[in-house]
Amino acid sequence: MPKFVLLWTDVAVWLLIAALVAYALVVRRQPNLAATWRKVFADAAALASSVVLAVCLLLTLADSVHFRNLLPPAAGAPAGSAAYDARVQSLLDVVLRPLVQSRESTYSRPLAYVGFTKESQTIDGKVQRVAPRLKHGGAHLDDPATEWLGDVLRRVATGLVGGMAAGAALFALLIAALPRRADEGWRDMAGMVWHGETAVPWRVAGFTIMAVAALGGVGAALMGAYHPFGTDVTGNDVLYQTLKSIRTAFVIGTLATLATLPFAVVLGIMAGYLKGWVDEAIQYVYTVLSSIPNILLIAACVLMVQVFLDKHPELFETSVERADVKLFLLCAVLGLTGWAGLCRLLRAETLKLRELEYVQAANAFGVSRGRIMVRHIFPNVAHLMLIVTVLEFSALILYEAVLSYVGVGVDPSMNSFGGMINFARNEMSRDPVVWWPFAAAFTFMVTLVLAANLFADGVRDAFDPRARAFRPRISRRKPKPEVEPEAAAHA
Amino acid sequence: MGTYIVRRVLYGVLILLGVNLATFFLFFTVNTPDDMARMNIGGKRVTQELIERWKDERGYDKPLYWNDKEQGADKLTDTIFWERSVSLFTLNFGRADSESAGDIGHEVATRMWVSIQLALPIFLLQVIASTAFALLLVMFRHTKLDLWGVVMCVLMLSISSLFYIIVGQFLFSRVLRLVPISGYAGGLDAVRFLILPVILSALARLGAEARLYRAMFLEEIGKDYVRTARAKGLSETVVMFRHVLRNALIPIITSAGGYLPYVFLGSLVFESFFGIPGLGAYAIEAISKQDFAIVRTMVFVGSLLAIVSYILIDIAYTWADPRVRLA
Repeated sequence: MPKFVLLWTDVAVWLLIAALVAYALVVRRQPNLAATWRKVFADAAALASSVVLAVCLLLTLADSVHFRNLLPPAAGAPAGSAAYDARVQSLLDVVLRPLVQSRESTYSRPLAYVGFTKESQTIDGKVQRVAPRLKHGGAHLDDPATEWLGDVLRRVATGLVGGMAAGAALFALLIAALPRRADEGWRDMAGMVWHGETAVPWRVAGFTIMAVAALGGVGAALMGAYHPFGTDVTGNDVLYQTLKSIRTAFVIGTLATLATLPFAVVLGIMAGYLKGWVDEAIQYVYTVLSSIPNILLIAACVLMVQVFLDKHPELFETSVERADVKLFLLCAVLGLTGWAGLCRLLRAETLKLRELEYVQAANAFGVSRGRIMVRHIFPNVAHLMLIVTVLEFSALILYEAVLSYVGVGVDPSMNSFGGMINFARNEMSRDPVVWWPFAAAFTFMVTLVLAANLFADGVRDAFDPRARAFRPRISRRKPKPEVEPEAAAHA
Repeated sequence: MGTYIVRRVLYGVLILLGVNLATFFLFFTVNTPDDMARMNIGGKRVTQELIERWKDERGYDKPLYWNDKEQGADKLTDTIFWERSVSLFTLNFGRADSESAGDIGHEVATRMWVSIQLALPIFLLQVIASTAFALLLVMFRHTKLDLWGVVMCVLMLSISSLFYIIVGQFLFSRVLRLVPISGYAGGLDAVRFLILPVILSALARLGAEARLYRAMFLEEIGKDYVRTARAKGLSETVVMFRHVLRNALIPIITSAGGYLPYVFLGSLVFESFFGIPGLGAYAIEAISKQDFAIVRTMVFVGSLLAIVSYILIDIAYTWADPRVRLA
């Protein structure tokens, strides 16, 4: 029985999932909220990107179950005592075991069967410079020169077909699970989906699922036999690193924005509703905070965290735990330094809301100020909170890369896109160019950020009707004013 | 106008006091002068004597906030906090924590000009390019150009600025050999070194800015005065440039102004990637060397510049919009 390790960020991730489920239940019970969310998913781009995000979330969750394996009892150890592996593994590591175990000695190109650097070997009595065969990549081939192409193509084809079949099966299950009217059969529903006649464009979701599954299938088919994205300087598989980086990006994107919420919401609503000296004080604090260039403030805080961690090495049993605490504290720092923008926004909105009739009515009925803020103001600014949270998600993932470059990001031992890019910088200036770690990081990071951005746009358009007017659309008619004329209220 | 500026400046000083207190607390409470000395002297040769001397050389041999041993006002003034704060506000930054780095004030003064050489063109190019691109999209609204333009913007803003730098350096410096990879030279030679970072930096922010500006233009286009202008029979070009652009300037100033502090501080990452010896590169070096004196100074300088630029933005408003009367 392995010993489960509950890291700080694991706890946070699982709490987040619990919160998401709770929110989903709330949405189900409130028809207007449910309708807005349906509007989000009616947007094809948002739906497709939510599938991609869901896959990333799944990877994150698999990577958030950590444990240490039980070691075989050492000779002479007293019975009943258990020793555990010093390495902390996650569920994802178990799934990707072939990638973890197929470690080479140094760089190798994607799908290669020989090493990237040449070595001196004695062949037929003469010393020659040759690229050595890899230990794992293509090791099963007897005569790689002739067999390699056929083998790779066969595996890719198998992976594609298998992945698409799995994706199709999953999608069929999804359609079967969709709610439908009593007079409609399973076939009618499938027909409607196929012709794109459903309110939510399930067809798009189907294509996305199939595409992701096909890519996953190819990866799975190549895993172990080859390195789909090559290996890095220490011979580790690049695909494995990118998959592990997804969790880091996800954790930073979600936890850091969530960490801003308590300050931003409480202070923003208080400043807007209570006005007077409370408002002045809160405004002063966030002006001070936003006057300090963000990156320097974060750097300063992270340096201090670093000092603290260096002074207290005894707090952590393993290096993974240490790196994790650092990640957790980085999120806290990002939250602590990043709440000024949302706070300003909520203050302005609350200033508007507090003059509205329903708040005045509540006031007249003698509802206490705290209760008005909690019951009447908060629910009406909640949509702003949601919009900013999803918009910030992608920005923070991008920010992590910059912070890692500056040297105040996540721990170097932890896989992250920022760390990969940092290495890639030197690799791109080598001759011949080592381009694959950069390409892999680029592909995965852009996919993740793009999906997050498209999803965020969908959410914003659904929750903020004003933003919807700015969507580009093609019309055959003559252009007409898109926005309802608003009172030009510039102060 | 005059009284407004005076009031803003006074509030700015108040903010700066807050910044100073916050950074001092952050740097000196978590990391006491003894720790700093130990870290900078380094290794095995740390003795209490050396620590005392290191602290003495840098004026860290006093209590942090409150000196009980002194009399009267000296209780407050004979402390590290007071001395540091006063010297910061008189722009006397003192010497760096590490032995090799020299006087911070001198470094800041020389590096500032390099930073401005890089950052000012970036700022101008970025605002002009983004505005032009956004205007183009708005002129062709409801066409495929607009649609694909926005798609391109979203794609561009999903790419980390580091990717732009790495690909740009690889393409233009290594493959095409048009400009040096990194470095800096004074005088006119600087152009060769600065042109690539300037273009890449503007490009990296083009997607986000252009999309934002486009929304601002569209918001203006929906307003009554635009309809009136069209009804008067003005051409679309005149409507766009004389009416819409002029009115959209206010939100554009706000958005671009938020970037202004970095104009002075230099685009940190770009400076460090391209080996340009500006303030940004200085800050990043200090962070990686863990030289807290420099980081503290840079935080202060950065905030000072931010406050100055916010005041400048407010003055720019009156120029852009005569309705805004600062009182």
